[in-house]
Amino acid sequence: MSSETDTTERARPEPIQAVPVRHPGRWVAVAVIGVLVAMFVHLLVTNKAFNWAFMVDEMFRPPIMEGLRGTLALTVLAMVIGVSLGVVVAIMRLSENPILRGVSWAYTWFFRAVPRLVLAILFGNLGILWARIEFGLPFDRQIGALFGVDDFEARLFGFSALEILTGFVAGMLALGLSEAAYMAEIVRAGIQSVDEGQTEAAQALGLSRTQILRRIVLPQAMRVIIPPTGNETIAMLKDTSLVAFVPVSTELFFQLKAVGNRTFQVFPMYVAACLWYLLLTSVLLVGQYYLERHFSKGFGRSAQAKIRLRGITAEAGGSTSEAGR
Amino acid sequence: MTQVTTPAEAEGTAGDGVMVRAEQVHKSFGSVEVLKGIDLEVRSGEVCCLLGPSGSGKSTFLRCINHLEKINAGRIRVDGDLIGYRERGGKLHEMREKEIATQRRAIGMVFQRFNLFPHMTALQNVAEAPVLLGRERKAAARDRAAALLQRVGLGDKLGNYPGQLSGGQQQRVAIARALAMQPKLMLFDEPTSALDPELVGEVLDVMKDLARDGMTMIVVTHEIGFAREVGDSLVFMDDGVVVESGAPREVIANPRHDRTKAFLAKVL
Ligand SMILES: Nc1ncnc2c1ncn2[C@@H]1O[C@H](COP(=O)(O)OP(=O)(O)O)[C@@H](O)[C@H]1O
Ligand SMILES: [Mg+2]
Repeated sequence: MSSETDTTERARPEPIQAVPVRHPGRWVAVAVIGVLVAMFVHLLVTNKAFNWAFMVDEMFRPPIMEGLRGTLALTVLAMVIGVSLGVVVAIMRLSENPILRGVSWAYTWFFRAVPRLVLAILFGNLGILWARIEFGLPFDRQIGALFGVDDFEARLFGFSALEILTGFVAGMLALGLSEAAYMAEIVRAGIQSVDEGQTEAAQALGLSRTQILRRIVLPQAMRVIIPPTGNETIAMLKDTSLVAFVPVSTELFFQLKAVGNRTFQVFPMYVAACLWYLLLTSVLLVGQYYLERHFSKGFGRSAQAKIRLRGITAEAGGSTSEAGR
Repeated sequence: MTQVTTPAEAEGTAGDGVMVRAEQVHKSFGSVEVLKGIDLEVRSGEVCCLLGPSGSGKSTFLRCINHLEKINAGRIRVDGDLIGYRERGGKLHEMREKEIATQRRAIGMVFQRFNLFPHMTALQNVAEAPVLLGRERKAAARDRAAALLQRVGLGDKLGNYPGQLSGGQQQRVAIARALAMQPKLMLFDEPTSALDPELVGEVLDVMKDLARDGMTMIVVTHEIGFAREVGDSLVFMDDGVVVESGAPREVIANPRHDRTKAFLAKVL
């Protein structure tokens, strides 16, 4: 008690004005980096091989823009396939049904084992397996033979494989199916990161398994899922250049390289590719930032800070208003 | 808490005023038997307080009542309905998940660690299940959720996320969330054990209020004062069996079994 009265009566000590710690290492680092940057800029400006005027002139031409559209479309479509199929595969993996679990495991195993480049080439050549892709009763010929009917066919509709499995579709499937395997692992980790008590509370309310997954578990898992998915999207943007091997030509890098090969100005077009990918990735990063912010509702630092503030006001007597219910 | 039951009563018709009837409930996790034949009866409008040392199986028993755990033997009936199974031709048939979910809707549960949905505001937490289950239109559900939060003293915290609420406030939201389903039975699993001492009272007050309104409640608690004041019956569990039960004042004042005495000596 007496110490309390002491503090109020004694004069407030003067604020501390200490000499801050010096950081000479930082200044050395700044100097070294400054010199390196200057050297790099000097290289960019003086070295004729960059041929900036030519590059800027070429990098917005219509074929390039078409390649850009192709790259963006492939990225978006492959990620849509990857994310939605990945969620399904992850849910199968966590299901109580051992067959679904097995299928999911086998899927992930296959598509993670085979390199994307090999997949792209493989899918580009799937036309060799089937001339036509048809939907109907499976094993219809065999079933027909079983009952003594020759050439029994029960097929609803079909397409020529070459028509459907165009390079673009083959490339999209190769990238999307492969992505689904990685996304499945990410989604699974996300779902497993959500506290068991959440599912229990929702079960106790009488919600169904799907409702719990959709409204309670997945939204919370998103916080864990979004950052690696952003990385996956960026990786996908760059991996679209692999579809050149399908072959698909409406793709950014292929088009830039084509200009380089045609004009014998290969290096500037590689630099143009770097710049394009830098730009696209930066746009994606901005999108990722907003997505992460959206899904951290009720979690993030700001929420924590608000609790702390509230705690302080409550201690100051703010809680009495609630007690008087 | 009379244990004398006639066969007709044991059928558990809804009209006999018994809300929960557990008969010889056994539950094992692997080879470890956690519940070793629990008999319990809670009448409509009664508050039954469940006491016992940690690990005696109180939570497990509570979770069996809304089928979060499957029992290995015995029967649990809530308002006359067998939980988790259907009896047909002398045989038990497992219920579908959908039917179990329907049964759970009538049984509210409040957890020690609140388990509020952290990505939803207090209001959304309370209104979510009624809306999802198509019981009410969104606007009506929100109005009712707001009224429920008002009732537990959180009328000014509708838009707060759980992370922005104190433990006591979170637990009151959790109670409102359970009430939103208009349950006929409420289960509380140590609702105040995770709270700072000065926040216990506000949650107990809400529970007392609920008891006064005639809600049937089973409350696992270490709050002897609450059991004495609000409880209609007290059940003391140890090591998976009911050791002693009766009127709370009676049991607390004159425990008959040594295990009850030892336990009460520790918590009183
Ligand atoms: N899911 C589970 N798996 C295995 N053992 C469990 C599980 N849940 C509870 N137990 C065990 O059952 C016993 C009773 O637990 P519990 O019902 O939580 O007791 P109480 O709530 O009375 O403290 C404990 O020994 C605990 O370790
Ligand atoms: Mg417990």
